[in-house]
Amino acid sequence: MYLLHAAILAPFVLAALVPAIRKGTKQIHTGWIVLILPILLFLNFLRYLPVVRTDVTQTISLPWIPSLGIDFTVYLDGLGLLFALLITGIGALVVLYSIFYLDPEQEAIHRFYLYLLLFMGAMLGIVLSDNMIVLYTFWELTSISSFLLIAFWYERDRSRYGALKSMLITVFGGFAMLAGFVVLHGMTGTWSIRETIAMLDHVQGQPLFLLAMILILLGAFTKSAQFPFHIWLPDAMEAPTPVSAYLHSATMVKAGIYLVARFSPVFAGQAEWFWIISLVGIITMCYGSILAVKQTDLKALLAYSTISQLGLIMSLFGAGSAAVYYGYGEESLLYTAATTAAIFHLINHATFKGALFMVAGIVDHETGTRDIRRLGGLISLMPITFTVACISGFSMAGVPPFNGYLSKEMFLEAMVELTHLHIFDLGTWGVLFPILAFLGSVFTFVYSMILIFKTFRGPLQKEKLGVTPHEAPTGMLIAPVILAVCVVLLGLFPNVLSYSIIEPAMRSVLPSLVAPGEHFEVHIAFWHGFTPALFMTLGVIGLGTVLYLLLGRWKGIYGMYPDKLTWNHVYDSLLRYGEKVAHALTDAYMNRSARNYLVYIFGFMVIVLGVALWRADVLSLLTTDTAPINMYEIVLIAMLVISAVAVPFARQRLIAVIMTGAVGYLVTLFFVLFRAPDLALTQMIIETVSVVLFLLCFYHMPELRREVNTRRYRSLNIVISVGVGVVVTLIALSASGSSSFESIADYFVKNSHDLGGGDNVVNVILVDFRGFDTLLEITVLGIASLGIYSMIQLQLQGKDAGSRILYLHRKVTLAPKVPIGRTRKETPTVAKNMKQFKSNDVILETSTKVIVFIILTFALYLFFAGHNNPGGGFVGGLMAASALVLLALAFNAETVRRVLPLDYRDIMAAGLSVAYLTAMGSFVFGAPFLSQAFGYFEIPFLGKTELATALIFDLGVFLTVLGVTMTIILQIGEDR
Amino acid sequence: MEIWMSVAIGILFAVAVYLILSRSLLRIILGTSILTHGVHLLLLTMSRLKTGAPPLLGEESGTYVDPLPQALILTSIVINFGVTAFFFVLAYRSYIRLKTDDMEEVKRKGGQ
Repeated sequence: MYLLHAAILAPFVLAALVPAIRKGTKQIHTGWIVLILPILLFLNFLRYLPVVRTDVTQTISLPWIPSLGIDFTVYLDGLGLLFALLITGIGALVVLYSIFYLDPEQEAIHRFYLYLLLFMGAMLGIVLSDNMIVLYTFWELTSISSFLLIAFWYERDRSRYGALKSMLITVFGGFAMLAGFVVLHGMTGTWSIRETIAMLDHVQGQPLFLLAMILILLGAFTKSAQFPFHIWLPDAMEAPTPVSAYLHSATMVKAGIYLVARFSPVFAGQAEWFWIISLVGIITMCYGSILAVKQTDLKALLAYSTISQLGLIMSLFGAGSAAVYYGYGEESLLYTAATTAAIFHLINHATFKGALFMVAGIVDHETGTRDIRRLGGLISLMPITFTVACISGFSMAGVPPFNGYLSKEMFLEAMVELTHLHIFDLGTWGVLFPILAFLGSVFTFVYSMILIFKTFRGPLQKEKLGVTPHEAPTGMLIAPVILAVCVVLLGLFPNVLSYSIIEPAMRSVLPSLVAPGEHFEVHIAFWHGFTPALFMTLGVIGLGTVLYLLLGRWKGIYGMYPDKLTWNHVYDSLLRYGEKVAHALTDAYMNRSARNYLVYIFGFMVIVLGVALWRADVLSLLTTDTAPINMYEIVLIAMLVISAVAVPFARQRLIAVIMTGAVGYLVTLFFVLFRAPDLALTQMIIETVSVVLFLLCFYHMPELRREVNTRRYRSLNIVISVGVGVVVTLIALSASGSSSFESIADYFVKNSHDLGGGDNVVNVILVDFRGFDTLLEITVLGIASLGIYSMIQLQLQGKDAGSRILYLHRKVTLAPKVPIGRTRKETPTVAKNMKQFKSNDVILETSTKVIVFIILTFALYLFFAGHNNPGGGFVGGLMAASALVLLALAFNAETVRRVLPLDYRDIMAAGLSVAYLTAMGSFVFGAPFLSQAFGYFEIPFLGKTELATALIFDLGVFLTVLGVTMTIILQIGEDR
Repeated sequence: MEIWMSVAIGILFAVAVYLILSRSLLRIILGTSILTHGVHLLLLTMSRLKTGAPPLLGEESGTYVDPLPQALILTSIVINFGVTAFFFVLAYRSYIRLKTDDMEEVKRKGGQ
């Protein structure tokens, strides 16, 4: 069963449907419909609680890119389930909350829910994937959906700034993580996390092991806003508050913590792993809490508080990893308490921080501000909100009897415990941990008090608010109240969690410490006796209270810190400097001169190819085994060279064009000589049509002028062109001389008849063997002709191009409908347009009437003969087009339109459709794209005839080429 | 024959590049046209010349010339037509708007 896959993909599917749902059900808030999914998913994941306790793990694989060993493998264990429950549980509450927070009349709620569901699916993908590449894909998806959500109010500058910042930092980390995965893959040869864990002995001690660890940690630290990558989180608060509650406190920022936990079995036990994570974590915890105190915006305060709390959890995971050093045994179990605390606090933080963000949202919603300096006295107006804030705030501060107290004390205990360890040089430096932990906790207490009391106590400053605040609507209170109830319940009965979820999750993090079938024994208690942790808690509360009461006395210290030394300043100047350097570099060589660019290109070509040819010692490869040459051919070559060389010397444009045409016709002759009948045919017609094209364009172009150039300019041109000529000559010589590998031509010659059903190998290659080339080629042709059409018809001028498309389109289609009574003279533009096609030649007109039919018939013959004899769709289409061009020349374009009242763009579109549909038709028969089939049939009167799907494909080519050529010629001819 | 052709192809390329580097739009377009011819002949020459009959199996010949370059060139010929036409229109459109066909002038006026 792919139930877990379905759980991951369901949010994506619903996300795609959200806009339609929004359109279909205008009267209901879309949130109600979206809400169903996270609830269902949450209930579904609850079913797995007993499953993850057993040794039977859920692993289901779905092949994605099997050739690279990348499978969409989902894997559900205690850790994954813990996160899945958080994601869907908090997700449901946030959706519920958002229904009352976002006004469907004023906000683009369909976009909101689309992004939110996208995020939810991606997050589930991260925590359930076993394959690192799949994990990485989902990881980046969370970055992208977070970017979209932060920029939800994209018309605000701050929103865009915050979104970009979070994107740059988290994606940078994502890339680092990907590199780490690749390095790991290089050592193990597998992308699976579980298989990597199984190959641990093979991996540890390898020289690149440390590099992989650091790269993966970079990913984790950027995502979880660890110092010094924390700067994106406060700016991410520009997102709507439900988003902050969901992404930037409860789930996404915990993806980094998840990554650390998930890779603990690989890296834990290493000194570097322990030190990096514990130190970064504890510094972040301390730093975040100190900065939180100075914030005046409720959400900014919560953002720094989140940074601090994430640091706390991170440091606990680091401390817990020390246990692995001791291996399986009694002693190690002692030190796993840190991991227990980490997982427990992870859950607790989601509950109280989610509630606090929702409180901040309610305050913002009801008072119109989040500025602590303007708030106060809300206690009597918003009693329920205050209660929720109080419970969650005290929990965050670590005050009993809430869940935050329990985990905070376990944290302090774990930090004290570290000083007793005598590994990794902890004897010397271990004392840092309890000190920093204590300091951070004191400031955590202070900002929690600020949050509660500055907002709800004190005088109500009505004049600063502008509105009279009142309690939030009941619906908006449901979600925070549920979370607050959780805070209390988990505080009173913590062991509800320990059996069902903490123990299995710990086994995922520290698998080497329990034997199969065994479990960690987790028992969380209120009272441990008079331990150092208890005294520390008392100290925190005491010192915290003093500091809070004297806040006004010492808060001035913050002002002394110079702005220039902040990490934000580093980020901003890095960005600015980077842009400046990039600009300078680009401007240095991009000077908007096409010639300059061409000089770079050709110069580079000469140097690179020249060096390569010299190193390959090309002159030794030259062969004497060449085809014979006769006098006639020498003369042809001489003519070719002379006419080409004459072009630059031509003073008049007509001569230059005729000389170029001469080169073209001579090339046609060479095609004949070199046994390429198809090419000769095509080239001949193209040259003819091209002459018409040149003549039409001449009308618009000025006469050639003598170019006055500096000596340097000229000599550089000559050096480069001679260089290109020499290099190409050498390439031609060496390529035709060497035979270092077999030609693949034999395959085509051998199989053309049997596999392709045609005797003209060139045609079979075009429509069958390499049909994809042809398909895309005619697509390019179509695009080119549409480009010409739009350049002429729209005459793009700045901004009004869009409106002109509509206007001109109507004008063009209406043009033929001019009443017959009105002569062309009455519509001067049309008359003028046709001028170039006017001819007075009676003989030409008369003979054309006949010749057109002959050419058209020949075109049809070429088309049908193509599969076995020279011809095919290209030549046929060109031939047919040339007949129509002749008609236009002899009479005028209007005649062509009258005789064949078709829009040639439609023919082109029809041709492309035929080609693409034929190509896709093979799907019906379960064959790959562009598979061709053929058969021989007995048809009355005609005898045995071959019918091939390739012919239909070729018909598409025929029609496209005809449509394209006629569109081009007629458009240019009609241009004023 | 191959040696003679190689030299001729080199000359075609040199002329084409020289034209492309010049300042007049018309010369540039003609340059691309000649460049295409050079590339076509280069492709053919690279696969050795006159090694057999044309690649039509109805000829019942023992050896055939390499059909693959021919298929490539056929594609290229037609594409080239579209691209040349596109260039032309682009060129004369810019001439009409900017009143010059000199690339240096275009560069100056385009920046305004």
